[in-house]
Amino acid sequence: MNTKNEKPETAKKGNIIQRCWRFLRKPSATLSFGFLVGGGIIAGIIFWGGFNWTMEMTNTEEFCIGCHEMRENVYQEYKETVHYNNASGVRAVCSDCHVPKEWGHKMLRKIQASNEVLHKVLGSIDTPEKFEAKRLQLATNVWKAMKTTNSRECRNCHDMQSMDFVVQGTRAAKEHSKGFKEGKTCIDCHQGIAHSLPANAYKEYKTRITDVYHNKQ
Amino acid sequence: MKTGVPWKAITIMAVMAISGLTALSAGADEVQSLRGVQVDEPVVMEPTARPKNERMQRAYRQQPPLVPHKVAPYQIDLKVNQCLNCHDWSNAGDHNAPTLSMTHYTDRDGKQTDAVAGNRWFCTQCHVPQVNAEPLVENEFKSSSER
Repeated sequence: MNTKNEKPETAKKGNIIQRCWRFLRKPSATLSFGFLVGGGIIAGIIFWGGFNWTMEMTNTEEFCIGCHEMRENVYQEYKETVHYNNASGVRAVCSDCHVPKEWGHKMLRKIQASNEVLHKVLGSIDTPEKFEAKRLQLATNVWKAMKTTNSRECRNCHDMQSMDFVVQGTRAAKEHSKGFKEGKTCIDCHQGIAHSLPANAYKEYKTRITDVYHNKQ
Repeated sequence: MKTGVPWKAITIMAVMAISGLTALSAGADEVQSLRGVQVDEPVVMEPTARPKNERMQRAYRQQPPLVPHKVAPYQIDLKVNQCLNCHDWSNAGDHNAPTLSMTHYTDRDGKQTDAVAGNRWFCTQCHVPQVNAEPLVENEFKSSSER
C-alpha cells in the first residue's frame, strides 16, 4: 500500500527536467536487458545514420546553391572555371574545397557555419552590391583558412608527389618546383581559381596573408 | 657411366669463344642501332607531351608579341588583371617573365606612371595565345622577314 501511494507523489515532485532526470536514473524494472541493448543499437543506428545523412546533405551543391547568395554570385563564377567544366568531366563541388574531409575538422567547420546562418538571416550579402563590398573580406577568410592548413582541401585531390613535371608545360613545371622548394602552399599562387577575385587581389594577398604569416614565424 | 673429361663440351665452348672474340674484334664498328644513330651517340629527345612556353618569333615588325601559354584561367576585368601578377615590372623578376614595354606605362597624355596605363589594361586585346591546330582555311600569309 505504502509504495503505491508514494509513487505518484514522487513523480509529481519537481519541474519537468528533474522528473526526466529521475526517470533516466531509475533502473528499468519491466524491460529486459536484451530489449534495452538491442533497442539501443537500433536507435543508435537510426540516430547516427540520420546525423550522417544530414551532414552529407548539407555538403551537396544543391544545398549550397539553395540560397540565392551563393547561386547568383559565386556559383555563376565557378561555372566558368576548370573545377566545374573540363575535358574529363571530373568535378569538385563547393564542399570539396570548402569543407574538410576528416571528421573532426569537418565538425568544426560545420559549427562555424552557424555564423553563415546568422548572416543569411541578417542579409549581409543578399544583393550583388553587398556581396561585392564584402568580397575582399570573404576571400581573406578563405585565404587564411587555406594558408593555415597548408591548403588541405586542395590536397584532398592534388598531390604534389604525384605531379608529373614532364607533362606540365615548361612554365608550370618551373614555377611548381620553385614554389615547392620555397615551401609555398597551393593558395600562395592559386587564388581565385574558382571565383572572381577582389580588386588588387595580388597586393591584398601579400599584405593580408604572406606578410602576416611570415612575420609570425 | 662415364666420368672422364667432357672433351666434346670443352671443344665446343672453345670454338664458340674464339669465333665470338674474332667476330667482336672484326665487327665492332658495324653494329647497327635500331634508332638510326650509334649506340654511344647521345640523342636529345623532344618531350612531345610537353607544351613549350618559349617566345615566338614576330611575323611582322609591329606585331604585339604572342602569348606562349594559356590565358583562359586568368582574370582580366575592371578589378583585377592577373597577367600583371607575373608581367608587371614589379613582379617580373620573381617569375622570370618578360616585362611590359615602357610604352605600357605611358598614359594617354604621355605621362609616365608606375602602374600600367588604363588604355593598356586589357592585355588580350593585342596579345593573343596560339593553339596548335590546323588552320581552318588555307592561308598564304608569309612573315615580312621571309618575303
